[in-house]
Amino acid sequence: MKRVLPWIVPAGILLVWQALSQFGLLSGQVMPAPTAVAEAFWRVTRSGELWRDIEISTWRAFAGFAIGGGIGFALGMLNGLSRLSEKLTDSTLQMVRNIPHLALIPLVILWFGIGEEAKLFLVALGVFFPIYVNTLHGVRSVDRQLLEMGRAYGMSERAIFWRVVFPGALPSIFVGVRYGLGIMWLTLIVAETISASSGIGFMAMNAREFMMVDVVVVSILIYAALGKIADSVARLLERTCLAWNPVYAEV
Amino acid sequence: MNVSVLDHTPDTNVRFSSVGAAVSLRGVTKAFGQQKVLHGIDLGIPAGQFVAIVGRSGCGKSTLLRLLAGLDQPTGGRIEIDGLETGWRERVRLMFQEPRLLPWQRVAANVEVGLTHARDGNDRRRQAIEAIEQVGLSGREKEWPSILSGGQKQRVALARALVSHPGILAFDEPLGALDALTRIEMQTLIEQVWLDKGFTAIVVTHDVTEAVALADRILLLDAGRVAMDVTVDLPRPRRRGDPAAAAIEGRILERLLER
Repeated sequence: MKRVLPWIVPAGILLVWQALSQFGLLSGQVMPAPTAVAEAFWRVTRSGELWRDIEISTWRAFAGFAIGGGIGFALGMLNGLSRLSEKLTDSTLQMVRNIPHLALIPLVILWFGIGEEAKLFLVALGVFFPIYVNTLHGVRSVDRQLLEMGRAYGMSERAIFWRVVFPGALPSIFVGVRYGLGIMWLTLIVAETISASSGIGFMAMNAREFMMVDVVVVSILIYAALGKIADSVARLLERTCLAWNPVYAEV
Repeated sequence: MNVSVLDHTPDTNVRFSSVGAAVSLRGVTKAFGQQKVLHGIDLGIPAGQFVAIVGRSGCGKSTLLRLLAGLDQPTGGRIEIDGLETGWRERVRLMFQEPRLLPWQRVAANVEVGLTHARDGNDRRRQAIEAIEQVGLSGREKEWPSILSGGQKQRVALARALVSHPGILAFDEPLGALDALTRIEMQTLIEQVWLDKGFTAIVVTHDVTEAVALADRILLLDAGRVAMDVTVDLPRPRRRGDPAAAAIEGRILERLLER
């Protein structure tokens, strides 16, 4: 019963939606029926078009995430560990952080055209800040008493990093990763919708030109599914890596 | 608990220890900025002795312990351990008031923190398990620290301190955060491992009863100087409520409270 409970509302919405379309209360031009959407999904899957687009979009998303997240993580660690580095870069980064990265789209198109670089750049920039801020915060909030213990027990700087600082910062880093994943998909959707010749966003815009509402709805649902999958993987990782923490322990 | 006190003949005055390290302080001072905390401490602690340092808050007892643990450097004077002026940090282990276990490492790995320089992983694990046994936590080596009670955590911290066979074990109010019964249990355990291992024990505490129950010698620190140096010549294991112990306790408390 507990497993069924969360599905009752979505199932109800689907039923009502189907019924409304069936009785002609919802025009197919505004919102096609769930069965029509399923049919469209089957059509684009069979043609192989969908897999190509999912592949390219997923690649863009994670390549951008790896670049932006990697730089954010490295800078967060560096600024968390070194006062000099923080003094030098943190206030600049905080200023840049206040510019919505999507506001840069016109500039990015001027710089990179509508090639891959434009999308990677936007995703990386969007992902950078949540990971940077949370890594920095994680390193800063590592228990001083544990650091002192590590030193008193003769740990090398390396050992202190890997056994005390990094695991101590990890819960906060995961917050950054999950937040970053959300921004990653959001940025990609916007970037692909505005300027692309492949990917799910392109599929949606292309379908719009031919008034294929069903395919547009399919693209939106796929974005939702990809976002959900990424978040579930992050949660799984979180539960595995933070098993020591009673907050994340499996109940 | 698998170490029995009765196995030993605890004649503490003629105790000879091959494990324990001797401590010698000559004119040790410590100042934080303008604030002078220790005013020239001269002190000799023979190897294997159990010393308690008592005093009011702010008398400099914790500062003295941190100097001995190598966490801070003295402003002036010399600290020698087994005749060495440097390179003795690894011979000293410090137990804090809090357990300070790494929450992301299981009990055994936490104890292995005490063996920073042992290379062989199997050997490290074997020694860690031995130490866990000594503190009466056999079978708990795979647990996360978060599920242990306060007393059990402090036992793991003790195992971590013991595992490298230190010459000196320094305790900074190690039992301050425990409830009364757990406290007595831990006192017994600390006495047992000390008798068993023969390290030099230095306990900072503000509980005079605890000091008299455990120590061979009690140092009373007042305003950064050793104000009293009392030998506690009572047989072990010591009974609680012993009149001779009560007399010593009375003398020290009297000195502590006058001003």
